[in-house]
Amino acid sequence: MPKQQANWSPYDNNGGSCVAVSGADYCVIAADTRMSTGYNILTRDYSKICKLADKCVMASSGFQADVKALQKHLAARHLVPLKIQIYQHQHNKQMSCPAMAQLLSNTLYYKRFFPYYSFNVLGGLDNEGKGCVFTYDAVGSYEKVGYSSQGSGSTLIMPFLDNQLKSPSPLLLPVQDAVTPLAEAEAVDLVKTVFASASERDIYTGDKLEIVVINADGIRREHMDLRKD
Amino acid sequence: MFRNQYDTDVTTWSPAGRLFQVEYAMEAVKQGSAAIGLRSKTHIILGCVNKANSELSSHQKKIFKVDDHIGVAIAGLTADGRVLSRYMRNECINYSFTYESPLPVGRLVVQLADKAQVCTQRSWKRPNGVGLLVAGLDESGAHLYYNCPSGNYFEYQAFAIGSRSQAAKTYLERRFENFADSSRDDLVKDALMAIRETLQGETLKSSTCTVAVVGAGEPFHILDQETVQQMIDAFEIVGEQEGSAAAAGQEAAQPGAAVADQGGSTDEGVAPMDI
Repeated sequence: MPKQQANWSPYDNNGGSCVAVSGADYCVIAADTRMSTGYNILTRDYSKICKLADKCVMASSGFQADVKALQKHLAARHLVPLKIQIYQHQHNKQMSCPAMAQLLSNTLYYKRFFPYYSFNVLGGLDNEGKGCVFTYDAVGSYEKVGYSSQGSGSTLIMPFLDNQLKSPSPLLLPVQDAVTPLAEAEAVDLVKTVFASASERDIYTGDKLEIVVINADGIRREHMDLRKD
Repeated sequence: MFRNQYDTDVTTWSPAGRLFQVEYAMEAVKQGSAAIGLRSKTHIILGCVNKANSELSSHQKKIFKVDDHIGVAIAGLTADGRVLSRYMRNECINYSFTYESPLPVGRLVVQLADKAQVCTQRSWKRPNGVGLLVAGLDESGAHLYYNCPSGNYFEYQAFAIGSRSQAAKTYLERRFENFADSSRDDLVKDALMAIRETLQGETLKSSTCTVAVVGAGEPFHILDQETVQQMIDAFEIVGEQEGSAAAAGQEAAQPGAAVADQGGSTDEGVAPMDI
Protein backbone atom coordinates (compact mmCIF):
# COMPACT_ATOMS: atom_id res chain seq x y z
CA MET A 1 0.00 0.00 0.00
CA PRO A 2 1.48 3.36 -0.94
CA LYS A 3 2.37 5.65 1.94
CA GLN A 4 -0.61 7.65 3.14
CA GLN A 5 -0.25 11.35 3.68
CA ALA A 6 -2.03 13.36 6.31
CA ASN A 7 -4.95 15.15 4.77
CA TRP A 8 -5.95 17.17 7.78
CA SER A 9 -4.19 20.46 8.41
CA PRO A 10 -4.45 22.41 11.64
CA TYR A 11 -4.19 25.60 9.60
CA ASP A 12 -6.45 27.42 7.19
CA ASN A 13 -6.01 30.71 5.39
CA ASN A 14 -8.81 33.22 5.82
CA GLY A 15 -7.30 35.67 3.35
CA GLY A 16 -7.38 39.43 3.48
CA SER A 17 -4.76 42.15 3.41
CA CYS A 18 -3.25 44.52 5.96
CA VAL A 19 -1.29 47.71 5.46
CA ALA A 20 0.45 50.15 7.77
CA VAL A 21 2.07 53.49 6.88
CA SER A 22 3.86 55.77 9.31
CA GLY A 23 4.66 59.46 9.22
CA ALA A 24 6.41 62.04 11.36
CA ASP A 25 3.63 62.23 13.93
CA TYR A 26 0.97 59.72 12.88
CA CYS A 27 0.47 56.12 11.88
CA VAL A 28 -2.19 54.65 9.60
CA ILE A 29 -3.14 51.00 9.93
CA ALA A 30 -5.70 49.47 7.62
CA ALA A 31 -7.15 46.07 6.79
CA ASP A 32 -10.06 44.80 4.75
CA THR A 33 -12.94 43.09 6.53
CA ARG A 34 -13.45 40.05 4.35
CA MET A 35 -12.98 36.62 5.90
CA SER A 36 -12.90 33.70 3.47
CA THR A 37 -12.00 30.04 3.26
CA GLY A 38 -11.09 28.44 -0.04
CA TYR A 39 -13.29 30.10 -2.67
CA ASN A 40 -16.05 30.92 -0.18
CA ILE A 41 -16.72 34.01 1.86
CA LEU A 42 -17.38 33.40 5.57
CA THR A 43 -18.26 36.98 6.42
CA ARG A 44 -17.90 40.46 4.93
CA ASP A 45 -17.56 42.20 8.28
CA TYR A 46 -14.70 40.82 10.36
CA SER A 47 -12.12 43.12 11.92
CA LYS A 48 -8.48 42.12 11.60
CA ILE A 49 -7.33 45.06 13.68
CA CYS A 50 -6.69 44.90 17.42
CA LYS A 51 -5.73 47.63 19.85
CA LEU A 52 -2.89 46.43 22.05
CA ALA A 53 -2.10 49.60 24.00
CA ASP A 54 -2.90 53.27 24.13
CA LYS A 55 -0.97 54.12 20.99
CA CYS A 56 -0.28 50.71 19.53
CA VAL A 57 -2.44 48.78 17.08
CA MET A 58 -1.91 45.47 15.34
CA ALA A 59 -3.40 44.22 12.08
CA SER A 60 -3.06 40.53 11.24
CA SER A 61 -3.97 38.42 8.26
CA GLY A 62 -3.70 34.67 7.87
CA PHE A 63 -5.55 32.11 9.97
CA GLN A 64 -8.00 34.13 12.07
CA ALA A 65 -8.39 31.52 14.81
CA ASP A 66 -4.65 31.80 15.45
CA VAL A 67 -4.88 35.58 15.16
CA LYS A 68 -7.61 35.65 17.81
CA ALA A 69 -5.60 33.39 20.12
CA LEU A 70 -2.52 35.57 19.61
CA GLN A 71 -4.49 38.73 20.41
CA LYS A 72 -5.85 37.17 23.63
CA HIS A 73 -2.37 36.09 24.68
CA LEU A 74 -0.96 39.52 24.05
CA ALA A 75 -3.77 41.18 25.94
CA ALA A 76 -3.16 38.94 28.93
CA ARG A 77 0.64 39.08 28.81
CA HIS A 78 0.53 42.78 28.29
CA LEU A 79 -1.45 42.95 31.47
CA VAL A 80 0.66 40.67 33.61
CA PRO A 81 3.85 42.71 33.60
CA LEU A 82 1.76 45.83 33.46
CA LYS A 83 -0.11 44.97 36.61
CA ILE A 84 2.84 43.74 38.59
CA GLN A 85 4.48 47.06 38.09
CA ILE A 86 1.19 48.89 37.87
CA TYR A 87 2.45 51.95 39.71
CA GLN A 88 5.29 52.45 37.27
CA HIS A 89 2.99 52.05 34.34
CA GLN A 90 0.36 54.33 35.78
CA HIS A 91 2.85 57.13 35.55
CA ASN A 92 4.50 56.14 32.32
CA LYS A 93 1.13 55.51 30.66
CA GLN A 94 0.93 52.22 28.77
CA MET A 95 3.54 50.07 27.06
CA SER A 96 5.23 51.90 24.21
CA CYS A 97 5.00 50.62 20.65
CA PRO A 98 8.64 49.46 20.41
CA ALA A 99 8.24 47.54 23.67
CA MET A 100 5.06 45.95 22.39
CA ALA A 101 6.91 45.08 19.17
CA GLN A 102 9.46 43.07 21.10
CA LEU A 103 6.72 41.41 23.14
CA LEU A 104 4.92 40.36 19.97
CA SER A 105 8.12 38.96 18.52
CA ASN A 106 8.82 36.92 21.66
CA THR A 107 5.24 35.69 21.82
CA LEU A 108 5.42 34.50 18.23
CA TYR A 109 8.78 32.78 18.66
CA TYR A 110 7.49 30.97 21.75
CA LYS A 111 5.52 28.88 19.27
CA ARG A 112 8.41 28.40 16.86
CA PHE A 113 7.60 24.71 16.37
CA PHE A 114 3.84 25.06 16.00
CA PRO A 115 3.51 28.64 14.83
CA TYR A 116 0.65 31.08 14.91
CA TYR A 117 -0.36 31.27 11.25
CA SER A 118 -0.57 35.00 11.58
CA PHE A 119 1.08 37.67 9.43
CA ASN A 120 1.21 40.86 11.43
CA VAL A 121 1.89 44.52 11.06
CA LEU A 122 2.18 46.59 14.18
CA GLY A 123 1.66 50.34 14.02
CA GLY A 124 1.71 53.16 16.49
CA LEU A 125 3.65 56.01 18.02
CA ASP A 126 6.95 55.56 19.79
CA ASN A 127 7.90 57.28 23.04
CA GLU A 128 8.67 60.52 21.23
CA GLY A 129 5.41 60.59 19.32
CA LYS A 130 6.88 59.62 15.97
CA GLY A 131 4.99 57.12 13.87
CA CYS A 132 6.43 53.62 13.64
CA VAL A 133 5.53 50.44 11.80
CA PHE A 134 6.86 46.97 12.55
CA THR A 135 6.42 44.10 10.16
CA TYR A 136 6.58 40.41 11.11
CA ASP A 137 6.73 36.92 9.73
CA ALA A 138 4.85 34.02 11.32
CA VAL A 139 7.59 33.16 13.82
CA GLY A 140 8.47 36.60 15.10
CA SER A 141 11.23 37.93 12.90
CA TYR A 142 10.57 41.67 12.81
CA GLU A 143 11.87 44.93 11.53
CA LYS A 144 11.02 48.58 11.98
CA VAL A 145 10.01 50.08 8.66
CA GLY A 146 8.26 53.15 7.32
CA TYR A 147 5.44 51.17 5.70
CA SER A 148 4.46 47.56 5.16
CA SER A 149 1.75 45.22 3.92
CA GLN A 150 0.87 41.60 4.68
CA GLY A 151 -1.69 39.10 3.51
CA SER A 152 -3.11 37.83 0.27
CA GLY A 153 -2.98 41.23 -1.42
CA SER A 154 0.51 42.17 -0.26
CA THR A 155 2.14 41.05 -3.53
CA LEU A 156 -0.03 43.60 -5.30
CA ILE A 157 0.18 46.31 -2.63
CA MET A 158 3.85 46.28 -1.66
CA PRO A 159 5.31 47.22 -5.05
CA PHE A 160 2.91 50.14 -5.26
CA LEU A 161 3.89 51.36 -1.78
CA ASP A 162 7.55 51.01 -2.72
CA ASN A 163 6.94 53.11 -5.79
CA GLN A 164 5.25 55.87 -3.79
CA LEU A 165 7.05 55.81 -0.46
CA LYS A 166 10.48 54.27 -0.80
CA SER A 167 13.32 56.75 -0.65
CA PRO A 168 15.71 56.49 -3.57
CA SER A 169 19.13 55.12 -2.75
CA PRO A 170 21.56 57.85 -1.63
CA LEU A 171 24.25 56.13 -3.73
CA LEU A 172 22.49 56.79 -7.01
CA LEU A 173 23.52 59.64 -9.28
CA PRO A 174 22.18 62.21 -9.90
CA VAL A 175 21.48 62.80 -6.22
CA GLN A 176 17.73 62.71 -5.67
CA ASP A 177 15.79 64.18 -2.78
CA ALA A 178 14.30 61.69 -0.43
CA VAL A 179 10.57 61.43 -0.94
CA THR A 180 8.90 64.21 1.05
CA PRO A 181 7.13 62.65 4.01
CA LEU A 182 3.39 62.40 3.52
CA ALA A 183 0.86 64.35 5.49
CA GLU A 184 -1.69 62.34 7.42
CA ALA A 185 -4.54 63.00 5.01
CA GLU A 186 -2.37 62.03 2.05
CA ALA A 187 -1.38 58.80 3.74
CA VAL A 188 -5.01 57.89 4.38
CA ASP A 189 -5.82 58.60 0.72
CA LEU A 190 -2.91 56.47 -0.38
CA VAL A 191 -4.14 53.57 1.74
CA LYS A 192 -7.64 53.85 0.29
CA THR A 193 -6.24 53.87 -3.25
CA VAL A 194 -4.06 50.88 -2.50
CA PHE A 195 -6.96 48.78 -1.23
CA ALA A 196 -9.25 49.80 -4.04
CA SER A 197 -6.63 48.57 -6.49
CA ALA A 198 -5.90 45.37 -4.59
CA SER A 199 -9.62 44.53 -4.45
CA GLU A 200 -9.72 44.60 -8.27
CA ARG A 201 -7.36 41.68 -8.72
CA ASP A 202 -7.11 39.83 -5.41
CA ILE A 203 -10.22 37.72 -4.85
CA TYR A 204 -9.63 37.51 -1.13
CA THR A 205 -9.55 41.26 -0.57
CA GLY A 206 -12.67 43.39 -0.64
CA ASP A 207 -16.04 44.18 1.00
CA LYS A 208 -15.03 46.95 3.39
CA LEU A 209 -11.88 48.71 4.47
CA GLU A 210 -11.25 49.52 8.11
CA ILE A 211 -8.73 52.31 8.70
CA VAL A 212 -7.27 53.26 12.07
CA VAL A 213 -5.29 56.48 12.42
CA ILE A 214 -3.12 57.08 15.50
CA ASN A 215 -1.77 60.51 16.27
CA ALA A 216 -1.11 62.78 19.20
CA ASP A 217 -4.85 63.40 19.62
CA GLY A 218 -5.62 59.73 19.98
CA ILE A 219 -7.06 57.01 17.82
CA ARG A 220 -9.65 57.51 15.11
CA ARG A 221 -11.42 55.01 12.87
CA GLU A 222 -12.70 55.29 9.32
CA HIS A 223 -14.50 52.94 6.98
CA MET A 224 -14.70 52.69 3.25
CA ASP A 225 -16.62 50.34 1.00
CA LEU A 226 -14.70 48.08 -1.36
CA ARG A 227 -15.78 45.83 -4.21
CA LYS A 228 -17.94 42.97 -3.02
CA ASP A 229 -17.03 40.51 -5.76
CA MET B 1 -4.76 38.87 74.76
CA PHE B 2 -1.97 37.24 76.68
CA ARG B 3 0.47 34.48 75.86
CA ASN B 4 -0.75 31.02 76.72
CA GLN B 5 0.20 27.43 76.10
CA TYR B 6 -2.12 27.03 73.09
CA ASP B 7 -0.77 29.82 70.93
CA THR B 8 2.45 28.36 69.55
CA ASP B 9 0.96 26.60 66.52
CA VAL B 10 -1.79 27.63 64.18
CA THR B 11 -2.89 24.00 64.24
CA THR B 12 -3.44 23.91 67.99
CA TRP B 13 -6.91 24.49 69.37
CA SER B 14 -7.42 26.05 72.77
CA PRO B 15 -9.87 24.35 75.15
CA ALA B 16 -12.25 27.23 74.54
CA GLY B 17 -12.28 26.40 70.83
CA ARG B 18 -10.06 29.25 69.66
CA LEU B 19 -7.13 29.34 67.28
CA PHE B 20 -4.89 31.93 68.86
CA GLN B 21 -2.46 32.28 65.97
CA VAL B 22 -5.34 33.26 63.72
CA GLU B 23 -6.51 35.79 66.29
CA TYR B 24 -3.00 37.19 66.56
CA ALA B 25 -3.00 37.56 62.78
CA MET B 26 -6.15 39.67 63.08
CA GLU B 27 -4.29 41.79 65.65
CA ALA B 28 -1.66 42.49 62.99
CA VAL B 29 -4.42 43.99 60.87
CA LYS B 30 -5.41 46.29 63.72
CA GLN B 31 -1.82 47.54 63.94
CA GLY B 32 -1.65 48.64 60.32
CA SER B 33 -2.57 52.17 59.29
CA ALA B 34 -6.22 52.73 58.55
CA ALA B 35 -8.06 51.84 55.38
CA ILE B 36 -11.73 52.60 54.73
CA GLY B 37 -14.25 51.71 52.09
CA LEU B 38 -17.79 52.80 51.32
CA ARG B 39 -20.23 52.27 48.50
CA SER B 40 -23.36 53.51 46.84
CA LYS B 41 -25.42 51.65 44.27
CA THR B 42 -23.05 52.68 41.49
CA HIS B 43 -19.70 53.61 43.00
CA ILE B 44 -17.25 52.35 45.58
CA ILE B 45 -14.59 54.48 47.21
CA LEU B 46 -11.48 53.19 48.96
CA GLY B 47 -9.32 55.38 51.10
CA CYS B 48 -6.27 54.91 53.26
CA VAL B 49 -3.92 56.80 55.49
CA ASN B 50 -0.38 57.04 54.20
CA LYS B 51 2.27 56.02 56.64
CA ALA B 52 5.93 56.54 55.94
CA ASN B 53 8.77 55.09 57.97
CA SER B 54 10.48 58.42 58.15
CA GLU B 55 10.29 61.78 56.48
CA LEU B 56 12.98 60.63 54.08
CA SER B 57 11.13 57.60 52.75
CA SER B 58 8.12 57.32 50.50
CA HIS B 59 4.91 55.99 51.92
CA GLN B 60 3.79 52.38 51.54
CA LYS B 61 1.41 51.46 48.78
CA LYS B 62 -1.81 50.26 50.33
CA ILE B 63 -4.28 50.53 47.49
CA PHE B 64 -3.86 48.27 44.47
CA LYS B 65 -5.66 48.06 41.19
CA VAL B 66 -6.61 44.45 40.58
CA ASP B 67 -8.53 44.91 37.35
CA ASP B 68 -10.49 47.65 35.67
CA HIS B 69 -13.47 46.81 37.82
CA ILE B 70 -11.82 45.69 41.08
CA GLY B 71 -9.46 47.35 43.51
CA VAL B 72 -8.23 46.51 46.99
CA ALA B 73 -7.10 48.46 50.04
CA ILE B 74 -5.06 46.65 52.67
CA ALA B 75 -4.15 47.07 56.31
CA GLY B 76 -1.56 45.09 58.18
CA LEU B 77 1.51 43.38 56.76
CA THR B 78 1.72 45.17 53.44
CA ALA B 79 4.10 42.54 52.05
CA ASP B 80 1.41 39.89 52.45
CA GLY B 81 -1.03 42.31 50.87
CA ARG B 82 1.18 42.84 47.85
CA VAL B 83 1.49 39.11 47.25
CA LEU B 84 -2.27 38.64 47.57
CA SER B 85 -2.87 41.50 45.11
CA ARG B 86 -0.68 39.75 42.59
CA TYR B 87 -2.72 36.58 43.09
CA MET B 88 -5.94 38.54 42.59
CA ARG B 89 -4.63 40.14 39.41
CA ASN B 90 -3.66 36.78 38.02
CA GLU B 91 -7.06 35.33 38.77
CA CYS B 92 -8.76 38.25 37.02
CA ILE B 93 -6.54 37.93 33.96
CA ASN B 94 -7.08 34.18 33.71
CA TYR B 95 -10.84 34.50 34.08
CA SER B 96 -10.93 37.28 31.46
CA PHE B 97 -8.88 35.17 29.10
CA THR B 98 -11.12 32.12 29.40
CA TYR B 99 -14.56 33.75 29.62
CA GLU B 100 -13.89 37.11 27.91
CA SER B 101 -15.74 38.86 30.71
CA PRO B 102 -14.73 40.43 34.02
CA LEU B 103 -14.39 38.23 37.09
CA PRO B 104 -17.41 38.67 39.38
CA VAL B 105 -16.27 40.17 42.68
CA GLY B 106 -18.12 37.63 44.78
CA ARG B 107 -16.12 34.81 43.21
CA LEU B 108 -12.81 36.53 43.77
CA VAL B 109 -13.41 37.07 47.47
CA VAL B 110 -14.41 33.44 47.95
CA GLN B 111 -11.20 32.34 46.26
CA LEU B 112 -9.25 34.69 48.51
CA ALA B 113 -11.04 33.44 51.58
CA ASP B 114 -10.36 29.81 50.68
CA LYS B 115 -6.72 30.66 50.17
CA ALA B 116 -6.64 32.25 53.61
CA GLN B 117 -8.34 29.26 55.20
CA VAL B 118 -5.59 26.96 53.94
CA CYS B 119 -3.08 28.90 56.00
CA THR B 120 -5.11 28.27 59.12
CA GLN B 121 -4.96 24.52 58.74
CA ARG B 122 -1.34 23.77 57.83
CA SER B 123 1.39 23.53 60.41
CA TRP B 124 4.03 24.76 57.95
CA LYS B 125 2.14 27.91 57.00
CA ARG B 126 1.07 31.02 58.82
CA PRO B 127 -2.07 33.07 58.32
CA ASN B 128 -1.75 36.25 56.23
CA GLY B 129 -1.33 39.24 58.47
CA VAL B 130 -3.38 41.50 56.25
CA GLY B 131 -7.00 42.56 56.03
CA LEU B 132 -8.33 43.33 52.56
CA LEU B 133 -11.10 45.70 51.61
CA VAL B 134 -12.09 44.51 48.15
CA ALA B 135 -14.11 46.99 46.10
CA GLY B 136 -15.60 45.88 42.83
CA LEU B 137 -18.32 46.50 40.32
CA ASP B 138 -19.87 43.65 38.38
CA GLU B 139 -23.17 42.71 36.77
CA SER B 140 -24.85 42.38 40.13
CA GLY B 141 -23.88 45.88 41.20
CA ALA B 142 -21.38 47.61 43.43
CA HIS B 143 -19.76 45.54 46.18
CA LEU B 144 -17.45 46.10 49.12
CA TYR B 145 -16.07 43.06 50.91
CA TYR B 146 -13.75 42.62 53.85
CA ASN B 147 -11.44 39.59 53.80
CA CYS B 148 -10.02 38.47 57.14
CA PRO B 149 -6.83 36.53 57.83
CA SER B 150 -9.13 33.92 59.36
CA GLY B 151 -10.62 33.07 55.98
CA ASN B 152 -13.91 34.81 56.66
CA TYR B 153 -15.33 37.43 54.40
CA PHE B 154 -18.21 39.82 54.80
CA GLU B 155 -19.98 42.26 52.56
CA TYR B 156 -20.34 45.83 53.77
CA GLN B 157 -22.01 49.08 52.90
CA ALA B 158 -19.07 50.82 54.53
CA PHE B 159 -16.19 49.66 56.68
CA ALA B 160 -12.88 50.68 58.19
CA ILE B 161 -9.90 48.60 59.28
CA GLY B 162 -6.54 49.26 60.85
CA SER B 163 -5.45 51.50 63.68
CA ARG B 164 -7.95 54.05 64.98
CA SER B 165 -10.52 52.64 62.59
CA GLN B 166 -13.16 52.75 65.30
CA ALA B 167 -13.39 56.51 64.90
CA ALA B 168 -14.00 56.11 61.19
CA LYS B 169 -16.51 53.33 61.80
CA THR B 170 -18.46 55.56 64.17
CA TYR B 171 -18.59 58.27 61.53
CA LEU B 172 -19.66 55.77 58.87
CA GLU B 173 -22.30 54.25 61.12
CA ARG B 174 -23.88 57.64 61.51
CA ARG B 175 -23.95 58.29 57.78
CA PHE B 176 -24.19 54.94 55.97
CA GLU B 177 -27.93 54.98 55.42
CA ASN B 178 -27.46 57.84 52.97
CA PHE B 179 -24.71 56.20 50.99
CA ALA B 180 -26.80 54.02 48.68
CA ASP B 181 -28.12 57.06 46.82
CA SER B 182 -25.15 59.37 47.28
CA SER B 183 -23.48 60.94 44.31
CA ARG B 184 -19.91 59.98 43.52
CA ASP B 185 -18.52 63.25 44.79
CA ASP B 186 -20.47 63.06 48.04
CA LEU B 187 -19.11 59.58 48.57
CA VAL B 188 -15.54 60.81 48.11
CA LYS B 189 -16.21 63.58 50.60
CA ASP B 190 -17.56 61.08 53.10
CA ALA B 191 -14.49 58.92 52.55
CA LEU B 192 -12.19 61.86 53.25
CA MET B 193 -14.16 62.74 56.37
CA ALA B 194 -13.90 59.16 57.57
CA ILE B 195 -10.14 59.20 56.97
CA ARG B 196 -9.92 62.43 58.88
CA GLU B 197 -11.59 60.80 61.86
CA THR B 198 -8.78 58.28 62.05
CA LEU B 199 -6.17 61.00 62.02
CA GLN B 200 -7.35 62.20 65.43
CA GLY B 201 -6.43 65.84 65.17
CA GLU B 202 -3.73 65.68 62.52
CA THR B 203 -4.59 67.83 59.53
CA LEU B 204 -5.99 66.05 56.56
CA LYS B 205 -3.76 66.71 53.55
CA SER B 206 -3.61 64.98 50.20
CA SER B 207 -0.08 63.85 51.04
CA THR B 208 -1.26 61.88 54.06
CA CYS B 209 -4.08 60.00 52.38
CA THR B 210 -4.86 58.11 49.19
CA VAL B 211 -8.30 57.79 47.63
CA ALA B 212 -9.41 55.45 44.84
CA VAL B 213 -12.69 55.20 42.95
CA VAL B 214 -14.43 52.53 40.92
CA GLY B 215 -17.90 52.84 39.52
CA ALA B 216 -20.32 52.60 36.65
CA GLY B 217 -18.46 53.83 33.57
CA GLU B 218 -15.39 54.59 35.66
CA PRO B 219 -12.61 52.00 35.79
CA PHE B 220 -10.70 51.63 39.02
CA HIS B 221 -8.17 54.38 39.47
CA ILE B 222 -6.41 56.23 42.25
CA LEU B 223 -7.22 59.92 42.41
CA ASP B 224 -4.22 62.16 41.95
CA GLN B 225 -3.04 64.41 44.75
CA GLU B 226 -4.30 67.65 43.24
CA THR B 227 -7.86 66.41 42.90
CA VAL B 228 -7.84 65.11 46.44
CA GLN B 229 -6.43 68.36 47.82
CA GLN B 230 -9.09 70.33 45.97
CA MET B 231 -11.83 68.23 47.52
CA ILE B 232 -10.30 68.60 50.96
CA ASP B 233 -10.10 72.35 50.55
CA ALA B 234 -13.68 72.47 49.31
CA PHE B 235 -15.19 70.89 52.36
CA GLU B 236 -12.74 72.03 55.01
CA ILE B 237 -14.66 75.28 55.24
CA VAL B 238 -17.92 73.39 55.61
CA GLY B 239 -16.20 70.89 57.87
CA GLU B 240 -15.23 73.67 60.27
CA GLN B 241 -18.88 74.54 60.80
CA GLU B 242 -19.87 70.89 60.98
CA GLY B 243 -17.10 70.27 63.47
CA SER B 244 -18.29 72.84 65.94
CA ALA B 245 -21.94 71.93 65.46
CA ALA B 246 -21.45 68.21 66.03
CA ALA B 247 -22.43 66.83 69.42
CA ALA B 248 -19.28 64.72 69.86
CA GLY B 249 -16.65 66.11 72.17
CA GLN B 250 -12.93 66.50 71.59
CA GLU B 251 -12.63 64.53 68.33
CA ALA B 252 -14.91 66.83 66.37
CA ALA B 253 -13.57 70.06 67.85
CA GLN B 254 -9.93 69.23 67.26
CA PRO B 255 -10.05 68.91 63.47
CA GLY B 256 -12.04 72.15 63.44
CA ALA B 257 -9.38 73.93 65.47
CA ALA B 258 -6.59 72.51 63.36
CA VAL B 259 -8.30 73.74 60.21
CA ALA B 260 -8.61 77.24 61.64
CA ASP B 261 -4.88 77.27 62.32
CA GLN B 262 -4.09 76.21 58.76
CA GLY B 263 -6.06 79.15 57.49
CA GLY B 264 -7.06 77.25 54.37
CA SER B 265 -3.59 77.33 52.83
CA THR B 266 -2.83 74.69 50.22
CA ASP B 267 0.61 74.13 51.68
CA GLU B 268 1.31 70.42 51.33
CA GLY B 269 3.58 70.45 54.35
CA VAL B 270 6.69 68.31 54.57
CA ALA B 271 5.44 65.62 52.25
CA PRO B 272 7.32 62.34 52.28
CA MET B 273 9.22 61.64 49.08
CA ASP B 274 6.67 61.01 46.38
CA ILE B 275 7.12 58.33 43.77
